[in-house]
Amino acid sequence: MILYFLCFVLFLVGLYGVITRRNVIKIVLGICIMEYSINLLLVLIGYVHDGAAPIIVKGSTETNFVDPLPQAMVLTVIVIGLATTAMLLAIAIRVYRKHGTFDIREIKNLKG
Amino acid sequence: MSAFIPFFVILPLAGAFVIPVFSGYWKNMGKVLTPTLMLVLLALSVMFFFRDSAVFVYYVGGWELINGVPVGIQFVVDGLSVLMLSIINLVAFFASFYSISYLKKFTGDKYFYALFCLMVAGMNGVVITGDLFNLFIFLEIAVIASYALVAFGIEREELEASFKYQVLGGLASLLVLLGIAVLYWKTGSLNIADISWVLKQEGSSPSLLFIQILFIAGFGLKAAMIPFHAWLPDAHSSAPAPISAMLSGVLIKAVGVYAIMRLFFNMFELTYEMSMLILVIGTISMVGGVFLAIGQWDFKRLLAYHSISQMGYVFLGLGMGMVILSVNGNKAVAVMAIAGGLYHMVNHAVFKGLLFLNSGAVEYKTGTRMLKELGGLSENMPLTSTSSFGASMAISGIPPFNGFFSKLMIIVAAVQGQFYLMAALAVLVSIITLASFMKVHRYAFSGNLRFRDLKKFGEAPFSMLFSMLVMAGLCLLLSLLIIPVFRDIFLTPAVNDLMNLLNYSQPIIGF
Repeated sequence: MILYFLCFVLFLVGLYGVITRRNVIKIVLGICIMEYSINLLLVLIGYVHDGAAPIIVKGSTETNFVDPLPQAMVLTVIVIGLATTAMLLAIAIRVYRKHGTFDIREIKNLKG
Repeated sequence: MSAFIPFFVILPLAGAFVIPVFSGYWKNMGKVLTPTLMLVLLALSVMFFFRDSAVFVYYVGGWELINGVPVGIQFVVDGLSVLMLSIINLVAFFASFYSISYLKKFTGDKYFYALFCLMVAGMNGVVITGDLFNLFIFLEIAVIASYALVAFGIEREELEASFKYQVLGGLASLLVLLGIAVLYWKTGSLNIADISWVLKQEGSSPSLLFIQILFIAGFGLKAAMIPFHAWLPDAHSSAPAPISAMLSGVLIKAVGVYAIMRLFFNMFELTYEMSMLILVIGTISMVGGVFLAIGQWDFKRLLAYHSISQMGYVFLGLGMGMVILSVNGNKAVAVMAIAGGLYHMVNHAVFKGLLFLNSGAVEYKTGTRMLKELGGLSENMPLTSTSSFGASMAISGIPPFNGFFSKLMIIVAAVQGQFYLMAALAVLVSIITLASFMKVHRYAFSGNLRFRDLKKFGEAPFSMLFSMLVMAGLCLLLSLLIIPVFRDIFLTPAVNDLMNLLNYSQPIIGF
């Protein structure tokens, strides 16, 4: 149970980073940490103690398998995470070119 | 007819691939292909209204049920999905047709059309999928395309707005994903109908409450309800006008409101606490949004804040229905409240889309969208001004425009369900909305001409005018949905599928 709890703590660590950091890149890192914590949680959910890999071949007598569905989900989430991170970093680079800074306190044209 | 279902995703995805690849051979590829595709999809979705069976199920990849347990992904089209599909593709058609002229200001329009198709594919996918993880994937497709489209102008404001939108949107997606992970852990299934059956066996528990809160926070962030609204005014006012129309008109509905409706009506059992939470969030958004809007001097920013307020009406209607259903109150009142909420959602897609297109036309011609710098546009742009007037009357609830009837339904339901405070607030917000649109017309369209070189400001180009005028016509035409004959075709199936759990789950898992 402690592992599941640590996953949730990792999620909160990422959330803390997103909320408190002032640097654009560190905010992106915070989002990445949150995503990894959910990936870990998904893998843990699929884990079965002493389970074998869920591949059924002729003549295998194994009956206790780990759940393969969360593993497929994790792969998908990693791919989606790649797209979001690439998009975030592309915008961060553009923001740096336009504003000349990574500090979000100085990037505030929009308000009200 | 269920063979047609995957085309709602396939066609725009194919468009998103074909447009950037083949634009080198034919420059007008995107301009021609995107509106055509959206028109085909609109025709397909309207065709589903006149269907013979209530719910259509399509098994993706041919993975049918095994011993009553769903193993693959299923696409499900029921009354609510059809309603959502038709408004998504309706607004998408007009926005893409409008873009033909509007995009002359921008470079790289093939990427614009490709991302536009991708966004439509994602939204269509969200509303037809019957699988929770698949819903998350389509949601990400739609929002990642919209992040890029918000930053399409790549100036200081656009980039800043897009970054804010991405950070909060990413947070929302991760909250939803965490909710899905915990729900899978608890139930061992990802199919919405199957999960609802498993949850019914187990009864309520603290972990279920945690999942529900995660979903409300995640989808509430996507729908920009008031504690979560900070990104919306920036993102919706910085995007190009047709994209603002898409974001405000349909994206916040498809990935926010639709998901909350589907999950809380058809998956979780309605509880009094959650229903009350949704009702209160809706009311706060409705009142807060309009007070934030009235002080704005930026045309598009004002409209963006009104989106928060109008979505508050939708949540108010749905929330009242949920509360009445959860305490086993009068079912007729619940039907009226939910139908009012759905009706207002359809109306909001049309008139808010139109208002954003109007603001784009004004910006296209004058180069500014600050109300104080505009003035006297009704003489230069009479048709734009007329359509904008119609949409303003519709959003502030003046008969005979469509907004009046949906607000009337919500307010009558509130009075009959004894939510007197909510009814009074709904009327008050409607009056303040009228005041703020009077301000828009006073400063932008009537009054003195403030431009020195007026000769070069004429009416907007044909494709923009066509979209705006047809949508203004729709603002009047949609009033007909209040008549029972039309209501039974368009709204009643959606309300029935939301209220009766079995209507949705029976065709999928058999009970």
